[in-house]
Amino acid sequence: MIANQIAGLLTGGVVAPLSSYESIATVTVGAGGAANVEFTGISGSYSHLQIRFIARTARASFPDDNLAIQLNGNTGSNYAQHQLNGNGSAASAGGGSTLTDMRLGRLTGSTALTGNFAPGVIDILDYSNTNKNRTLRSLSGNDNNGAGDVTLMSGLYQSTTAVTSIKLFSQTGSNNFAQYSSFALYGIK
Amino acid sequence: MPATYEPIATTTLGSVASSVTFSSITGTYTDLLLVIAVKQSGTPQRWTSIRLNSDSGTNYSYTSLEGNGSTAGSYRESNQTRGAINFKTSPTDWGQNTVHFQNYSNTTTFKTWISRGDAAAQGPVAIAGLYRSTSAITSMLITLEGSGQNFDTGSTFTLYGIKAA
Repeated sequence: MIANQIAGLLTGGVVAPLSSYESIATVTVGAGGAANVEFTGISGSYSHLQIRFIARTARASFPDDNLAIQLNGNTGSNYAQHQLNGNGSAASAGGGSTLTDMRLGRLTGSTALTGNFAPGVIDILDYSNTNKNRTLRSLSGNDNNGAGDVTLMSGLYQSTTAVTSIKLFSQTGSNNFAQYSSFALYGIK
Repeated sequence: MPATYEPIATTTLGSVASSVTFSSITGTYTDLLLVIAVKQSGTPQRWTSIRLNSDSGTNYSYTSLEGNGSTAGSYRESNQTRGAINFKTSPTDWGQNTVHFQNYSNTTTFKTWISRGDAAAQGPVAIAGLYRSTSAITSMLITLEGSGQNFDTGSTFTLYGIKAA
């Protein structure tokens, strides 16, 4: 129980019994890649959502990429984000507002080591409460044996609408997710 | 059929130990989550590190982001014989962290981890790690970097499995 509480506090800030954690859906990208991954029809059955992923994109000439998120199919300038990043030699911070998506993860790109897929965890807390705007946070990184980053990110979607769909894609352009990229959505009661 | 999220094994040290091993990890789950609360019994202070599948080759690397109360920094090591998963602890300084291993049993991608932890007197840390092997993870050896250092009595190590739909 103590270990579970530690896991909850450090992973998602949520102390929950293990039986309260349920798998909702998983997408593993097949041959040929995928332009995006979308979870739809998300019910309000849970208190929180968590996305766990490993992913890589076809971004040409770069070893890295960024994971973007849009909620509920909204493409308006209703998003904001901030990040704290470490690149192996220095820490930096940045952010943006009035965006059309949120950057919520670091990925590997086409010139990363073959087989190197970036891991990450995204939390969407209190996702169905209609009294507050939607906020997200993530932990991700793309170490590439001599290069790469580890990043803490936060996101804001200025809407009180419950989250019913989540779209994930490359933020740097029309870069497909590579085969074997995998995204799993969980609900926490 | 396994539960979505369940403990696989737990170790609480009854005496000082140089390492803890989780072995015979099956491919039953999608992800693994390692949760540790540790301190070391002596000095100098060392990072907590991990070696997978008993592979002692120079196949590990990591990038970290840490804050010490006054400044933030980042650090990296490449081509190591093991990879860091948490900041330095001390005989009076507990460190705790969670380490995520996504898709640990597939045999097509390198194994990576993402970790968030802290050591009370050092500060918080986030770590992205890479193990350049496509083998499924079947064992974990958790040690302190360097040699001659031990985890102290009362240190806990718990491994969870997470099963996706």
